[in-house]
Amino acid sequence: MSVLIWVEHEGGAVKDATLAVVTAAGKLGDVVALVAGSGVGGVAEETARIVGISKVLLADNPAFEHALPENLAPLIVGLMAGHEAFLAPATSTGKNVAPRVAALLDVMQVSDILSVEASDTFTRPIYAGNAIATVQSLDNVKVITVRGTAFEKASREGGSAPVEAVSSGGETGLATFVSAEISKSERPELTSAKIIVSGGRALGSSEQFHQVIDPLADKLGAAVGASRAAVDAGYAPNDYQVGQTGKIVAPEVYVAVGISGAIQHLAGMKDSKIIIAINKDEDAPIFQVADLGLVGDLFKLVPELVAKL
Amino acid sequence: MKILVPVKRVIDYNVKPRVKMDGTGVDLANVKMSMNPFDEISVEEAIRLKEKGVASEIIVISVGPQKAQETLRTALAMGADRAILVQTDEEVEPLGVAKLLKAIVDEEQPGLVILGKQAIDDDSNQTGQMLAALTGRPQGTFASKVEFAGDRVSVTREVDGGLETVSLTLPAIVTTDLRLNEPRYASLPNIMKAKSKPLTVKTPADYAVEVRPRLKTITVAEPPKRVAGVKVADVDELVGKLKTLGVVA
Repeated sequence: MSVLIWVEHEGGAVKDATLAVVTAAGKLGDVVALVAGSGVGGVAEETARIVGISKVLLADNPAFEHALPENLAPLIVGLMAGHEAFLAPATSTGKNVAPRVAALLDVMQVSDILSVEASDTFTRPIYAGNAIATVQSLDNVKVITVRGTAFEKASREGGSAPVEAVSSGGETGLATFVSAEISKSERPELTSAKIIVSGGRALGSSEQFHQVIDPLADKLGAAVGASRAAVDAGYAPNDYQVGQTGKIVAPEVYVAVGISGAIQHLAGMKDSKIIIAINKDEDAPIFQVADLGLVGDLFKLVPELVAKL
Repeated sequence: MKILVPVKRVIDYNVKPRVKMDGTGVDLANVKMSMNPFDEISVEEAIRLKEKGVASEIIVISVGPQKAQETLRTALAMGADRAILVQTDEEVEPLGVAKLLKAIVDEEQPGLVILGKQAIDDDSNQTGQMLAALTGRPQGTFASKVEFAGDRVSVTREVDGGLETVSLTLPAIVTTDLRLNEPRYASLPNIMKAKSKPLTVKTPADYAVEVRPRLKTITVAEPPKRVAGVKVADVDELVGKLKTLGVVA
């Protein structure tokens, strides 16, 4: 089987989520990678070095600069001849583009796969991860998004795939990019961080969120996350949100501070290797999944922990 | 401008889903069902657009069993004008739903279709994007702000890195994220009034749409369980454990 994957990149570099897609696609067959964007020759060269890719298609056109699905989907559909599957990461951009491709191909997409059981059979989470469905796709062509934390990352160096330019596709005029407010942070990215410190509504305010959470994250070299309650209350920006509808993370260590553990939050972090919970309510559901629990006032305990680490 | 708002009847978001013993699915017998939370946000946004004078009529649609009428009545009580139920007892996948919605879009010619970014049961996150593809319309997914200006709509989207704003030609498809608005509760007089609002019942065959599933569910299983660990007495014990585990040096 030949598989086309969409390479997600940002600031001229391939994103980690793409590396998991390469691994998942490799379980299905021969992997051809599409790099679409504006002035992305360097990204194509970087992609060509990823282990497991047999060919890189480079679609360099200003129409693809902001990964607008209106422009990308027809490009991808046009390149699908000769491929039996299309895979994209289950990131916000992947989720935006893939279903548009699937519908144009008259294919029912398999979202957010956790494993490849056979060339047409996959597992995926449903009901916020409270159930895992094994589904078989009856379509001739598969369109799939891949959960990044469920697959090993392909190695960034060691491959030497040829790069081939494609000139198809272009501006559809349906949508235009206006602006982006991308959070700048010195900290690691949430979805690829080894350690995450997350804060919940118990932090009480945006100031206290930063006063309590930031020093602990700094000390551990961790990324900062938040529960939906904390984001809704305005204590943390939306891109911090971990959960069913936010980011799915699976770090080595997840520290939940003042997070009760609603099922929607657990859906986003329960595959973490070690979970540490600090909460004043000893019956909070977060303790049912935590490896280490500490009951008490987070405003006392977290600064004490920072001091003693 | 007409606005179309598709809504889905799903397990209530406060209920913990239980996998059936025979592995065929999740047990929904005697479980509280509600409108998908993202769809409530869509209905609310449509009503606000009507209150601002941007929208003239709000049509809510559901694809599902007869009981989905309750979900439609809830939307009517919130402030939608009329409802269409495409009734079927079969489970219709996002692609099938998108095809039915496309047929209704062709009939009703709305300026905007606004729907939840995902349903909290199958977590597919596909229907809006698929409808946009099938209708050849632009899509503003995961919206946290929707603003109309002339013949375009500006949509601020919640993306992995933060926020992104796109400008779309109309008609357009918008899918809602959690922070777009806070849905209102229907008042008792409005619930009563909703009972007499028009609700049309159709079938997939009326639209000549084939909704046969393309994905076959082989099994549904419980996820691997995490075992609760230990509670530590104080920070010193926590630091000790973290050192043992190699988290800190």
